[in-house]
Amino acid sequence: MRGLAVFISDIRNCKSKEAEVKRINKELANIRSKFKGDKALDGYSKKKYVCKLLFIFLLGHDIDFGHMEAVNLLSSNKYTEKQIGYLFISVLVNSNSDLISLINNGIKNDLASRNPTFMNLALHCIANVGSREMAEAFASQIPSILVAGDTMDSVKQSAALCLLRLNRTSPDLVPMGEWTARVVHLLNDQHLGVVTAATSLITTLAQKSPEDFRTSISLAVARLSRIVTSASIDLQDYTYYFVAAPWLSVKLLRLLQCYPPPEDAALRSRLTECLETILNKAQEPPKSKKVQHSNAKNAVLFEAIALIIHHDSEPTLLVRACNQLGQFLQHRETNLRYLALESMCTLASSEFSHEAVKTHIDTVINALKTERDVSVRQRAVDLLYAMCDRSNSKQIVAEMLSYLENADYSIREEIVLKVAILAEKYAVDYTWYVDTILNLIRIAGDHVSEEVWYRVIQIVINQDDVQGYAAKTVFEALQTPACHENLLKVGGYILGEFGNLIAGDPRSSPLVQFNLLHSKFHLCSVPTRALLLSAYIKFINLFPEVKPTIQDVLRSDSQLRNADVELQQRAIEYLRLSCIASTDILATVLEEMPPFPERESSILAKLKKKKGPGKVPDMDEARWNVNGNTEHSENTEPTNKSSPPSLVADLLPTNRPRPASYSPTILSAGNMAPSHPFTDLLNMNSSPAAGASLLVDVLFVCKNNGVIFENQLLQIGLKSEYRQNLGRIYVFYGNKTSSQFLSFSSSVTSSDTLKTHILPLLRLLLTDLSLNVHTMPVDPTVEGGAQLQQILNIECLSDFSDTPVLNVQFRYGGTLQNIAVKLPVMLNKFFQPTEMTSEDFFQRWKQLGVPQQEVQTIFKAQHPMDTDVTNAKILGFGVALLSGVDPNPANFVGAGVIHTKNTQVGCLLRLEPNPQAEMYRLTLRTSRESVSQRLCDLLSEQF
Amino acid sequence: MRFLLLFSRQGKLRLQKWFTPVSDREKKKVIRDMMLLVLARQPRSCNFLHWRDLKIVYKRYASLYFCSGLENNDNELLALEVLHRYVELLDKYFGNVCELDLIFNFEKAYYILDEFLIGGEVLETSKVAVSDSMEEADTLQETMEEYMSKPTY
Repeated sequence: MRGLAVFISDIRNCKSKEAEVKRINKELANIRSKFKGDKALDGYSKKKYVCKLLFIFLLGHDIDFGHMEAVNLLSSNKYTEKQIGYLFISVLVNSNSDLISLINNGIKNDLASRNPTFMNLALHCIANVGSREMAEAFASQIPSILVAGDTMDSVKQSAALCLLRLNRTSPDLVPMGEWTARVVHLLNDQHLGVVTAATSLITTLAQKSPEDFRTSISLAVARLSRIVTSASIDLQDYTYYFVAAPWLSVKLLRLLQCYPPPEDAALRSRLTECLETILNKAQEPPKSKKVQHSNAKNAVLFEAIALIIHHDSEPTLLVRACNQLGQFLQHRETNLRYLALESMCTLASSEFSHEAVKTHIDTVINALKTERDVSVRQRAVDLLYAMCDRSNSKQIVAEMLSYLENADYSIREEIVLKVAILAEKYAVDYTWYVDTILNLIRIAGDHVSEEVWYRVIQIVINQDDVQGYAAKTVFEALQTPACHENLLKVGGYILGEFGNLIAGDPRSSPLVQFNLLHSKFHLCSVPTRALLLSAYIKFINLFPEVKPTIQDVLRSDSQLRNADVELQQRAIEYLRLSCIASTDILATVLEEMPPFPERESSILAKLKKKKGPGKVPDMDEARWNVNGNTEHSENTEPTNKSSPPSLVADLLPTNRPRPASYSPTILSAGNMAPSHPFTDLLNMNSSPAAGASLLVDVLFVCKNNGVIFENQLLQIGLKSEYRQNLGRIYVFYGNKTSSQFLSFSSSVTSSDTLKTHILPLLRLLLTDLSLNVHTMPVDPTVEGGAQLQQILNIECLSDFSDTPVLNVQFRYGGTLQNIAVKLPVMLNKFFQPTEMTSEDFFQRWKQLGVPQQEVQTIFKAQHPMDTDVTNAKILGFGVALLSGVDPNPANFVGAGVIHTKNTQVGCLLRLEPNPQAEMYRLTLRTSRESVSQRLCDLLSEQF
Repeated sequence: MRFLLLFSRQGKLRLQKWFTPVSDREKKKVIRDMMLLVLARQPRSCNFLHWRDLKIVYKRYASLYFCSGLENNDNELLALEVLHRYVELLDKYFGNVCELDLIFNFEKAYYILDEFLIGGEVLETSKVAVSDSMEEADTLQETMEEYMSKPTY
């Protein structure tokens, strides 16, 4: 295409952006006129112009025409024309979806062409676009191409990966079925390329439904064993720089990480042999000096180590892995040092290897000091954080603090958070903790986020024994001439609360304290000044002798007439308060802050948010593993759940009396108790939306029978039965009056989102028992005092979160009555309980370790915390209650399977009561994010 | 693998491939961030970075940076070899490939990539198999006469 080459060199020769735009506009005009011209363009010209458009688009300019011509190219029988057409579509298609049916038609023709090159082009295009529309059109066709006996190998490969791609974006559209079993057998295929592609596909599918692909374990082990023991020459061009099939090996090892260690002893020892062989090979001299050789070889090694860590069951392998990584820590390749630090982080969380990892502490600290590359140093910080425990916390915190002095600005905040967490977590005495945090502020004040200084205040307030020390230390720290504003905040707050504890010493008498704080007042920002004003009013209460001094300050123009409204208001209110209130009132209003309720550390939440879910070993999490022993479990709480609370929420939880001093602006905020929905239940003429009682949601989660609605006229009762994904509800309508209901009818509606899930299957069968007629009466009447029964059949298609609404309509005494009640059909009704042993439970728990699979919530108990009631509620929820699983007998653990038409979703739950705090923590892990969330929402309202 | 970007030392994007749906705005942001991050790296630093929740693996070949974004459980070293294998394939096809080849034959660069990676996974690891399919495709091109007889505009 000479025209294209000429155009590209023209563009490259443009001296300025303007010249380039001019040249492009000229070209666009030319192409437009060609496309619009009377003369039909031949394929070659069309290809050339489409290619030019593509080039222009890739330069970053918008293209708003030419899509049709590109689609036309798909039907060309010339390969390159077709190819350009497909390329244009895969790069630009989402912007122009009205062509999708034409495109799909082109793809369909090529898939049916039996020409492998054309079929591959079509499959690549589906994979590249990967949109829902594509999935809808082709997801059912591709599996048959994949497993058909006469499909060419190269097409099989494309089909496998194309399916993988569609499964990632639209898993609901890729039907499971008979083909899945045949895909597993592709692991035995002669063609290693096919095996490689199939392994990728199976890994993705097995992550979603492990049970369906369990048979792949033995095939994968066998295949892996053949590869690692083969002479490298056997695999011909699948040998990469003297390493036998590194891609396939890594993929097989990844596939095995979807499962626990094989139960079959022979299989298990064969796998162990493979892993040992891989570890042994690391010690052999390299077969080539090329970096590609060592990279490929070590890629397999690191993946094998990842599998060993995942299984977490063979102490010898774990320790060998740790030693191997230890060697890499001092390797001359930076890449290997980086990866060794990264892998060791996960190894540190295994009880078998935690101690072995700790032996490398000096090397890691050295890396922190000497590595030239900041990303390697960052991994060293991560590893120190992961290997920290009570025995080495002082050393690690000290090293991190000293590194902080010259650390790169990009990672300072994270280090600050980590130091703050470790200091709190492993504080044997809180004086060390207070010292550490004040040091943090001194060294890296700018990077100490609000959460960190909130937390130190929370802890000082909650720990009586450290208050005096804290007051003394902040007082001393404030003496330095250039102290950081964050220190002033902490100092102001702590002296305001506990300044009296050091007031006996003449060197820190009330007036000295006040003068010290006030000397810095004018240099700081408005929020800090506001905080200091609150500290001053607290001083007035603590030390009556400084009252006149402080009143003078409050009275000064710079406060009373401050341009900032908040400062002005505080000054005025505090001044008035100090003038008119009696000592008793003042003492009550300005009482010492009550302890903060126990909750997740705000710093930890911040770190999680910063690092993204699943990256931070959660220190607070009880560490679960098979032996109930300690383990740094990966925290998987979704970030949206752990967004750091705001200032007000954090320092001033709403559910306790608020000291008036802190912020006058929030005094008016009322208690946000939810209004009780009983009124809705009794309101017979309420509109459908409002009448749909909220209570049904809560009351009927754990029970199936009862009255869901009652007013002076009508009572609606339910009996329901569920089996797997099917349910049957008997609805009883009782006429409470002595006269007839006329035109009685009922229907079930649900929101749009639910329609797809349930509504098509809600079949209504209105049965009038007295007449014993199984059809809907034309003009049914319900006699006074009579009861009408209706049967609803329900089928759950896929998981849902909406509740269907039952609408009842009838005429009573001349007026039309409309009643809408929520039907208690929730996702948990489709539970089948699953009994399992403690070992199985923990294995599954670990398998469901992907961050999105876990949902956790911490909430306040609404009812008395009675074990028997809780047991009954969990059973009523539908899961099996597993005893003897949780190391703490006070905790509740349950397991069950949600049945929907297409899939089954395994669910594990854990409820941890904390009777002292009257709080619960509920954790749900299921293979599906939406299910975890919904179940968590439902169950958390029950206690 | 989530994406693959090729850009020059001067910050000119030469090839972009996204393996998950990404909005245009987000693409621009990722591209900008990648160039800022990668071009600022010292020579002989390690080839890996953490960025948001992704692992970035990059490598410089002559004037071009090859930069890929991996998911958390992807293998970094192997990704490095994916980049290398792609360079080898380009080299084999163009014969001592240089940046200009990729500029003037960008459609071929995309095509070779498609033959090698789909959905971010390696489709065919054998160099022989990939180059065979490319040769086969090339024989499907028009003959030279056909090519020469076309007008350029």
